[in-house]
Amino acid sequence: MSGTLSLRSRAGRTRYLVGAICLALCTVMLLPLLASVLASVKSPQEAAAVPPTYVPHGLSFDSYQRLWEFQAGLPTYLANSFVVAFLTIAFALLLTVPAGYALARFPIPGKELYFIFLLLALIIPYQALLTPIFLMFSDLGLTNSLLGLAIIHTAIQLPFSLYIMRYSFEAVPRELEEAAVVDGCNSWQVLIRIFLPSLVPAVVTVAIFAFITSWNEFLGALVMMNEDGSYTLPVVLALARTQTSLGGTDWGMLQAGVTLSIIPCIGIYLLLQRYYVSGLLSGAVK
Amino acid sequence: MYASKRRSRIGLAYLAPAVLFVLVFTAYPFIRMVWLSLHNWSLLAEPTYVGLDNFSRAFDDDQFWTSLKFTLTYTILITPILIVGGYLVALLTAPNTVLRRLTRTIVFLPVVIGLGASSLLWYWLFSPRSGLVNAALTDLGLIDKPVLWLGVDTNVSNWAVIISVVWKVLGFGMLLFVAAIQAIPAEISESAMVDGASYWQRVRRLILPLTMPTVLFVTLVSVIGSLLAFDQFFLMTAGQPHNETATSVFYVYLNSFPFLRLGYGAALSLLLAAIILVFTIIQTALARRSSL
Repeated sequence: MSGTLSLRSRAGRTRYLVGAICLALCTVMLLPLLASVLASVKSPQEAAAVPPTYVPHGLSFDSYQRLWEFQAGLPTYLANSFVVAFLTIAFALLLTVPAGYALARFPIPGKELYFIFLLLALIIPYQALLTPIFLMFSDLGLTNSLLGLAIIHTAIQLPFSLYIMRYSFEAVPRELEEAAVVDGCNSWQVLIRIFLPSLVPAVVTVAIFAFITSWNEFLGALVMMNEDGSYTLPVVLALARTQTSLGGTDWGMLQAGVTLSIIPCIGIYLLLQRYYVSGLLSGAVK
Repeated sequence: MYASKRRSRIGLAYLAPAVLFVLVFTAYPFIRMVWLSLHNWSLLAEPTYVGLDNFSRAFDDDQFWTSLKFTLTYTILITPILIVGGYLVALLTAPNTVLRRLTRTIVFLPVVIGLGASSLLWYWLFSPRSGLVNAALTDLGLIDKPVLWLGVDTNVSNWAVIISVVWKVLGFGMLLFVAAIQAIPAEISESAMVDGASYWQRVRRLILPLTMPTVLFVTLVSVIGSLLAFDQFFLMTAGQPHNETATSVFYVYLNSFPFLRLGYGAALSLLLAAIILVFTIIQTALARRSSL
């Protein structure tokens, strides 16, 4: 009797302990994000205060106003970031949907060698290739170009996207496709009518990973974009770090920028968590 | 026979754009990088062939070794924290209850934000006079004058960056570990429970061995990511003090772009790529052995 009782109270203690650790973890992970958001809505005087305040005494969007007017203006930089991200999504899909189709369904000689070649970027980190790419882009007029930066982001994202696409094509039952072929559809019609509807999850997965990679990528943008009007958000944030206000770093504006650049990523993750998590897991299980 | 030949040609047509893309934007730059590494070139004068001089120059370059050693130190310090920490959080949150699912989602949140954004967030948190870290430590009575976290002492800077990156990427390993733990068949864990094994005995004898391939995979990804570290140091320490926290990629960047030593930068890139390849090969070999 007393034995089961102590066992039960021990299980109860473990449960409380697990609960407490979970809550502590959540707090530690959320506090920096919360701190950034709070700092971004402090008044300029409060944002520069020493020692800093934990919670703002009043609500002020002054920092966002300063960010809006920073250098070429926030609208330009936001537009640049969005255009590069959407071009990256488009390129990644236009390249890997047909390639995944080919690898999954066509009797191509030396198929696996092509696959390994297409995964080349996994072995050669893009950070190492930026110098030759920069030289090539200078010749082609692709430096300071949103198109050029999107090409780099596509190259980074290609192996993951192709991997997801190939195995999603392979997971579609062959019977569907055979029925369509019997009905006289050619390979293109089969791709559009039979495969694409089943591939929606893979397309969403490739698109959100392409967006997040491109939106956040820093080094490539730093190297390729050196005219004020062509900067993307991460480059502008790096510049804002050295901007001063009231005799010190303009922390309010910097955190306004951090908050703004975090919002789309967290929004996409929370809305499309299912695709995000399954994409990450299938990308990792080799 | 004819039909299959035709089909393979159609397949090649679907494959061609991607192959062409990788050829032009990955393979060709790689070949050009090898060529560059054998030349001296500053864009201003014509490139001159120098053989392997750029590589022997790296060997005698103190900053090359400083950067490499610092990058390795950073990697060696952060990897065990990410793996052990991620695994412990995964063990804690693997059972599907509401609170644990919520914890998983929240621990994973920083993974999706940019490393640049998180670095600038922590750059502020760690700033000596306006940062919340020193403010909180002062209010708790743990310090009486501000700690200079970033850019003054190499070790302190390294740990400050490590704290920020652990916050940022801990959830990545956690998520993969949770998936691996949940994939263990219920019969296996139940039979271990009947045997009367304690929780930590089950972790050691059962859960850990069965999830070893995932542990190795996450280790590989973390090691490669750390060896390529750039954003966090560029934005948080700017390589200070005295370029002691300038990582290998940082040094490649400095040589190639502000300094325009294109040949030397390419040689350093090649060395870095080779080091990463060695790690990949070792890890792949280990993974193969553990899955047999």
